[in-house]
Amino acid sequence: MTTPNDPTVSDLVCARCDVPLEMGKVNASYLGQVFPVDLPRCPSCGFVYVSEELAYGRMLNVEQALEDK
Amino acid sequence: MDSKKVKQWEALCIEEQPPACTAACPLHVDARAMVEKIAAGDFSAAFAIYARIVPFPAIIGHICDHPCEGVCRREEAGGAVRIGLIERALVEASYPTLKRTAQQARRAKRVAIVGAGLSGLTAAYDLLMKGHQVTVFEADAHPLERLHHDYADDLPPSAIAADLGMLQRLGVDIRCRSRVVAGAGPLGLDTLIGDHDAVLLALGPGPALAFSPTVRLTDNGRIDIDPFSRATSHPKVFGGGFHSEQGERYSPIGSVHDGRRAAASIDRFLQGASLTAQRQDDGAGGTCLFVNTAAHPPVPPVEPLDRRAGYSEAEAVEEARRCFPCHCLECVKACPFLAHYKTYPRRAVREIYNNDSIVMGNRKSNRMIDSCALCGLCDAVCPTDLAMGDVCLEARRSMVERGHMPISHHEFALNDMAHARSARFALARHQPGFAASSVLFFPGCQLPASSPDQVVRLYRHLCASIEGGVGLMLDCCGAPAHWAGRQQFHEEIAAELRSTWKAMGQPTIVTACSSCLKTLGQSLPDIPVHSVWPLLSELGWQIEASPAASLPLAIHDPCSGRHAKGVQRAVRELAAAVGAEVRELSGAELTTCCGYGGLAQFANPVVADKIVDQRIGESEDDYLTYCAMCRDNFARRGKRAVHLLDLLLPPIDGSDPAARPDPGFSRRRENRTRLKMALLKDLWDEDMTDPLPQSNVVIPDEVRAQMERKLILAEDVIAVITNAESSGQKLKDRASDHFIATGRAGNVTTWVEYELADGVPIVRRAYCHRMEVEAKP
Ligand code: SF4
Ligand code: SF4
Ligand SMILES: [Zn+2]
Repeated sequence: MTTPNDPTVSDLVCARCDVPLEMGKVNASYLGQVFPVDLPRCPSCGFVYVSEELAYGRMLNVEQALEDK
Repeated sequence: MDSKKVKQWEALCIEEQPPACTAACPLHVDARAMVEKIAAGDFSAAFAIYARIVPFPAIIGHICDHPCEGVCRREEAGGAVRIGLIERALVEASYPTLKRTAQQARRAKRVAIVGAGLSGLTAAYDLLMKGHQVTVFEADAHPLERLHHDYADDLPPSAIAADLGMLQRLGVDIRCRSRVVAGAGPLGLDTLIGDHDAVLLALGPGPALAFSPTVRLTDNGRIDIDPFSRATSHPKVFGGGFHSEQGERYSPIGSVHDGRRAAASIDRFLQGASLTAQRQDDGAGGTCLFVNTAAHPPVPPVEPLDRRAGYSEAEAVEEARRCFPCHCLECVKACPFLAHYKTYPRRAVREIYNNDSIVMGNRKSNRMIDSCALCGLCDAVCPTDLAMGDVCLEARRSMVERGHMPISHHEFALNDMAHARSARFALARHQPGFAASSVLFFPGCQLPASSPDQVVRLYRHLCASIEGGVGLMLDCCGAPAHWAGRQQFHEEIAAELRSTWKAMGQPTIVTACSSCLKTLGQSLPDIPVHSVWPLLSELGWQIEASPAASLPLAIHDPCSGRHAKGVQRAVRELAAAVGAEVRELSGAELTTCCGYGGLAQFANPVVADKIVDQRIGESEDDYLTYCAMCRDNFARRGKRAVHLLDLLLPPIDGSDPAARPDPGFSRRRENRTRLKMALLKDLWDEDMTDPLPQSNVVIPDEVRAQMERKLILAEDVIAVITNAESSGQKLKDRASDHFIATGRAGNVTTWVEYELADGVPIVRRAYCHRMEVEAKP
């Protein structure tokens, strides 16, 4: 894959709520498994942000490990 | 998977058979591994391989009659590798590194050996190494007396002394000038039998009348020895030595093997084990290892500068480099998938079967199983016709059936198939003005997705040339479901296709896709399905010289058409008819996949690219093919390539068809729908009820290419932006003023980064994942 060109998280604001993202508790789930993780999210509406680096890095690894279980 | 079938597949692959040299060596020295080490300059590793098997390296290294050379396959390409001379140089260089320590036997036994020739001393050596006490009785004044005389020219006395010294250090007791006689008395055979746990008569040639009746003799007065176990009529007495190999020329390595076999029997006897059960020391033999010697240019053997001294180390290395080394691996050489996984079928079949059998735990080979292109090249090159594609497909089916194969490998392709089978593309109609069809044109789903207007032109041509009405059926043959191992799904699709065909009045189906031809032929064997190319060739083609045929074209047959001889011929005829100079690549029989086959490019893009890149590298010429996916994959990897239709129906705008880029999966979908819309309008004067969504989203080419690699569709990206713009739910990057939005379609979450230029969204990036994330309340 290409090297992700993710923005700096502190530059991201929720456009609807007009507030910067903050780290918060998030449930990540795949194939019936649920993991609590900390990810940037809108403190007001709960919109969760996943960066490209995360999507094709750690997240993909976990997806594939679960798929092969 | 059926374990019996798996065993049969495994047995077909002969790659693990020994090379001819090893098979011909009575001791089975792994000459191939040894010579490979020498070729790499690693003498000590080579010597370790040699000395692990050969009891007297110094002696045998000088006088071995090397039956290995007689069967060396290099003989067919310049001359047999001089293994004997290499071994001699090896021993001379590395003998000082010889280290030997005997095992500690739990209960050491006493063994008497009569005769200190090569056979007797080999038995002595083997039994000493097992920890037994060995006494050797020799009538002559010296052990190995015969070697001193018979090999005076080749065998320096120092070599004999070195090996005997080694034997002494292991604790042998050799008593010379001790002729064993019959009966009792200090050197009587009966006394030896009484004083020892076993006795080996390793005698020279000639009758042994004196030892009767303690042991039974044969009619010509020799000791009667079982050739396999070396047992005599007396349970404690075994026979070895040259006298058991009547009429044969004396062979030093044969003598060594003879002693080794007797020692193995004695050791079994001393342990109370069966002399025959599970014995594999069966001596020299042949092998069924296949070696493609024709692939190696001839190279003559290295001549030693000093004949008497033999090879120098450098000469030995040079000669060792002439060893191929012998392997089959015909399929691995041909198939980038097998090469990528650094495996060969015998091993891969086992690995695949194990992966299939896992109940709990990691199935590490899932992706490997889904990376095979099911192209059939391996069975075409395999001397025993082992089809890895069958193995992988069977494994996919078995794992899909039990819910063990991740859908993520194939979901994108199955969705593409669903698109081709939906109202956005699928259609079945009689030719306008006809209430029935004499033939039903089935262009497939990828040709219309790649070249929609050529499909329209071809359809019009067929309508104009064939009487009785040419029906049109736009659909997918179900190959993706078949390749994904989704058997039941594939059967459902086949049933649907059958009912459409019935509703059309059961006409003969004519397809423009090799995969459709093969897949429909397999799943609907009773329905007449033909390729369009022989039909076109029969009808004749009007245009004289096609502009795309101005350069020579190297022809690539699609892998699904590997055995479709009639189609291959017709395609070549058609190309010639429009003036193309067609050059063969590998020939149709040995054609390769383009990466799309078996859905390899979805499960493993790296492997699929290796497959297509290897093919591209075969010729500088533009390629000619008659499969849309082959053409587009060549184009995607930068190879100029034309489809046969580009020759028959050159682009109306005069553009260079070989330079046409790969449309990619997003445009393929658009093309299918545009084709259907155009046909409905032009031929049946109907408007499509579900036209393409209008959108002002701009996707620059390089972003589109990245999206293709990530298997992200333009329509999904557009949906994400449309939704974000109407709901306002998006992130804003204050540094770039870009927006980031997301949406989930099916099992995939897509993220899009875009900017708004005067209200027009321009996509900058897209990515996706399958995991779902949700803020905790
Ligand atoms: S071609 Fe491949 S499968 Fe066939 S015997 Fe050789 S290594 Fe085995
Ligand atoms: S990709 Fe083709 S040649 Fe390679 S193992 Fe699969 S079917 Fe055989
Ligand atoms: Zn918000």
